[in-house]
Order: sequence, then structure tokens, then C-alpha cells
Amino acid sequence: MTLDPSYLDYPLRRYGMDHDCYDWSMLTDRKPVAWPDGKRVALWVNVALQFFPLDQKGKPFPPPGGMSTAYPDLRHYTLRDYGNRVGVFRLIEALDRYGVKASFAINAELAERYPYLLRRVAERGDEILCHGWNMDTPHYGGLDVEAERDQVVRSLDVLRGHGGQAVKGWLSPGKSQSRNTPALLVEHGVEYMCDWINDDMPYRFRTAAGEITAMPLSTELEDRFILLNNLHSETEYADQIIDAFDFLNREAGDQGGRLLALNVHPWLLGQPHRIGEFERLLAHIVGHETVWSAPPGEIRAAWLAAQP
Amino acid sequence: MQEDPGLYDYWPYEGRPKISWPNGARVAFWVAPNIEFYELDPAVNPHRKAWPKPVPDVHGYATRDYGNRVGHMRMMRVLDRYGVRGSISLSTALCDHHPEIIEMCREREWEFFSHGIYNTRYTYGMSEAQERAMIEDAMATIEKHTGQRCSGYLAPALTHTEVTMDLFAEAGGIYTCDLFHDDQPTPVHVRSGKKFISVPYSLEMNDTIVYVVNKIEPRRYGEMIRRNFDRLYQEGATNGVVMCIPLHAYQVSHPHRLKAFEEALEYITGHSDVWVTTGREIAEYYIEKCYDAAVADIRERIEP
Repeated sequence: MTLDPSYLDYPLRRYGMDHDCYDWSMLTDRKPVAWPDGKRVALWVNVALQFFPLDQKGKPFPPPGGMSTAYPDLRHYTLRDYGNRVGVFRLIEALDRYGVKASFAINAELAERYPYLLRRVAERGDEILCHGWNMDTPHYGGLDVEAERDQVVRSLDVLRGHGGQAVKGWLSPGKSQSRNTPALLVEHGVEYMCDWINDDMPYRFRTAAGEITAMPLSTELEDRFILLNNLHSETEYADQIIDAFDFLNREAGDQGGRLLALNVHPWLLGQPHRIGEFERLLAHIVGHETVWSAPPGEIRAAWLAAQP
Repeated sequence: MQEDPGLYDYWPYEGRPKISWPNGARVAFWVAPNIEFYELDPAVNPHRKAWPKPVPDVHGYATRDYGNRVGHMRMMRVLDRYGVRGSISLSTALCDHHPEIIEMCREREWEFFSHGIYNTRYTYGMSEAQERAMIEDAMATIEKHTGQRCSGYLAPALTHTEVTMDLFAEAGGIYTCDLFHDDQPTPVHVRSGKKFISVPYSLEMNDTIVYVVNKIEPRRYGEMIRRNFDRLYQEGATNGVVMCIPLHAYQVSHPHRLKAFEEALEYITGHSDVWVTTGREIAEYYIEKCYDAAVADIRERIEP
């Protein structure tokens, strides 16, 4: 099959990006950011609390970490549920031990199913992010905009209603978006989203409804990516996070504040054989006086204050 | 379709005429950063999907964009530190999108070679005229923005037709990075009969293959690079060889990866008898000094 002549047309071959969502800029060309008290590295740990339905539709694609055998996939359903029953409490204990102020991104349906969990997080005063409805309700190109609006509103309503917080942060299931997602988030009071992983610092993102902050929540440093996608050991996971921290801590010495964003899953790191390695990397990081452990809302505020 | 690409003859590694690199170096060492632009919503090629997810594939797109926003400067500083001039495999549309990157590379006298227009425009299905137009567009773009004549080619996203090498040679190219059959340069057959060669560009050392396909741990990548170098350096005492490390700033420059790479680079460049060079310099040297002897030897081995 010969290609249509238009295959050699490049209508968006121009300066900057091939879309209008954000401006092109290199990290090193931006004004250096000073974190509070002259700290070098902002440590943001996000705990993802997730619900993977047993009757997964997988439309138009299955979620990372979702069901993978024929129905009923009790193996993966219960392994994921383990995180919400057992693993999360190990993580909370570890975070508290090292004085790390984490955020919790929660699937709204999980908050409805397990109100104890949402109450526990809310009572701790930890920042809550909306993680969409459940892991099997992705936002994606082709999703009807009204259906997506309903999904966004329903999810935010549940978390705001029962969690007692304004909920200004958003993490899409599987970090997947449609073209409409960012504007829908702005329309419904969301101030930052974590799905665009193209930077090591926050940046301004444009939508038809106004601006939103992109707060990149690294995938490359995510426990799921390293342990489950790359099949590295928990020791290698911890070593990589430690190497990342050491690198950013050095870089921040002459380039201004940096962000170390760690997304963690209780169904992975909350296992008894992994939690110790998570504690090891936390001990390494908080052992440095240059670290500022803060939830994303505070990091965003400090970043905004440093902008021209 | 053909059973064999017909691009080169079988030529056993043992007993070849000796390659003597400049100053008696054992290894010609080059680093090839791929500086790429992936489109958010590219034209559809029926032979290959650009993105696994429906547009916008935010995750795939953002993963690549990280290289230009964050990774490039980190990688360039490391190469500067060890005196390595990159040989850039360039999505040439990047000259328009991100001229700041092009300018920094030009100032450092890095080599620019063609990696097509975008890494989301594939050669599959192109007519000969279309592929020629794409190749010429990319080469003209490099010349216009950098003043350099483009010598080398790595087809966009490693997508080819049966005439890719013919067309690139006819457009004035002298080397290809698309063939992984050897640790030395080798002559490549093109229909015009021009002197055209393959310069080794190792997929095994390529950070994207290492990290995305083989899912290697960063510190082990550093170890693999050192092992690869050690053996080539040893063999290079007898007959000159080439070592290439192809890079992507959206892979190697992540904070958990760059130090291990830097240590490996420090190790290699800490050796004497290493010619730290570029793809074009290797190709020009080989064509001038080694090509005729290679062709004669290959002919003799085929029909002794």
C-alpha cells in the first residue's frame, strides 16, 4: 500500500511544540527555584490507593496492574486488595517513622467501598488527590466529553464530600488523558495534575478553561514501573531511588531546587519483603539536611511563589 | 521480498586486512545521541501505529519530551566533561521545534546526521519518490540549519524499504547506522556503485534497547559498557574496531541513570589508544584508507 501524498506534509513543523498545551522550555533556562529554608530537594511521596474491579472491561486498554487471567482473576484482585487492607498501614508507619509528609491519591470508588480508609487518611490531615473513579475507568482520546465530565465530577464529589478537603490535585488512572481532561479538571476546581511526566519540575499548562499546574509524578522512578514492569528487585529499586536522590541533590546545588516525586503502591511496597527496602531509601533521603518533605499542594505553592 | 537484504557479503572477522586508526588507536569510539521529536498526533501510516494508546498518548509523548526539556542538557554536560563530541541522529524537524538545542550542538562542532523528519513518520509504504523526497528534505534541513553536509543515516524509527541505502547514497550520504552485522565498518552495496559503508552503531549498547526492551538496571548498564569496551580494546590491538554508544536523553539522563553512564564514559576515555571521534570521521577515514583493501579481501574470500 503506497502512502497518501499528505504523509509528507508537516503542518505543525514550527517553533516550539506541536500543540498549544504548554510552552517549550529547557529546565536549565528557567529561573532557579528556591524551596523554603534553602532546601535543595523537595521530596514528594504519593501513595496510590486503587480499586481494580474484578469484572474489568479493559476499554479501550486495561490498566497497568489490572486483571490478566480469565474471569474471575482472584489472584490479581486479592493481591491488589492486599494493599488496601495490609500494605497501606505498613507504608503509613514507615512514612511516619521518617517524618515524610505524603499525599494519597485515591480512586473515588475505593473511598466509597472502604470509607474507613478515606477517613483514616483525612483524619491524619494528609493531602488527598483524586485518582479518578477506579483503575478501569481511564480517561482517553475518544471518550465522550459529557461522559468524561460526569466521571470527573462524580469522582471529585465523593472525595470532597467524605474527605472534608477541597481536593485540588488530580492523578488519572494509568496517567491517561483525553484532549479534554485538563480543561475539565480546571472547570471543576482542580489546580494541579500529575499525568504529564515530561519534566523534573512543575510547569504551567494551558487549557481552554484556564491554567493548571503540571506536577510531574515520575513513572521511571515508580515502584510499579521498576518492580513490575522492569522486574528489578526491591534492593535494586531502593538503589535507583537513592541514586536519583543523590543526583538531584547535587544538581540542585548549582541549578536551584529540584523535585523528587515518588509514586508508591501499597500492593507492591507494602509486602513484608519490600517494605524494609522502602524504609532504607527513606532513611537515606531524610538523612540529608537538604531535603524538604512536603505534600504536592505545598510544593506547588512554593514553586508558584518563585515564578516571575 | 528478498531472502537476504543483499547489502553486504559474508566476510569472516578473522584474517581481515588490518585497520590502523589514527595515532595507532585500537578503538574508534563514538557516541551517538538520538535527538528526536515525536508528534502528538502524527499522520497515520497503515504499516505501523505511532502510539499504543488513542491520541493523545500522554504518557508516551511526555516520556520523549522529557529528553528535550530536561535530559539533553544533562547528557551534553557529561559528554563535554569527557571531551566527547556527539554524532547526532537527528529528527530534523527538531531544527524548527527546538533550535536552541541545535545551536548548542553546532557550537560544540558535534556532527549532525539524518534520522528522518520525525520519529513518528515511518518509511514503510513510501514510494521511491516519497522516500527520496523525505531523505532529501532531511539532508537539506541539516545543511540549512547547521551548515553541515549530512553524511550518515539512521532511518526514522529504524523503518526501511529495499532501496533505502540506494537512495541515501544517491543523495550524497556515505554511511549508514542501520546495520548491526559487524564490529568494524564494512562496504555496503548500493546500486549506483558509490563507495558507501556501514559504521557500527550498536543496538546492544543503545540505552533504549537496554532500558526499554531488555529492562536492565542502570548500574548494570555501566558494567555492560565497560565489558563491551574491554573486549574491543583487547581485540583492537590486532585490528582496529569501532565502539558506539547510542543514547537518548529521555532514557540515560534520568536522575537514577546518568551517573552510572558517566562512570563508564570516564573509564573508556581514561584509556590511551582510543580514538574519540564521530561517525563521519570514522566513515571518511575508512573510505580513504581501508575501503579498497576491504573490497579486495572480500572478493578474494568469495572466490579464492
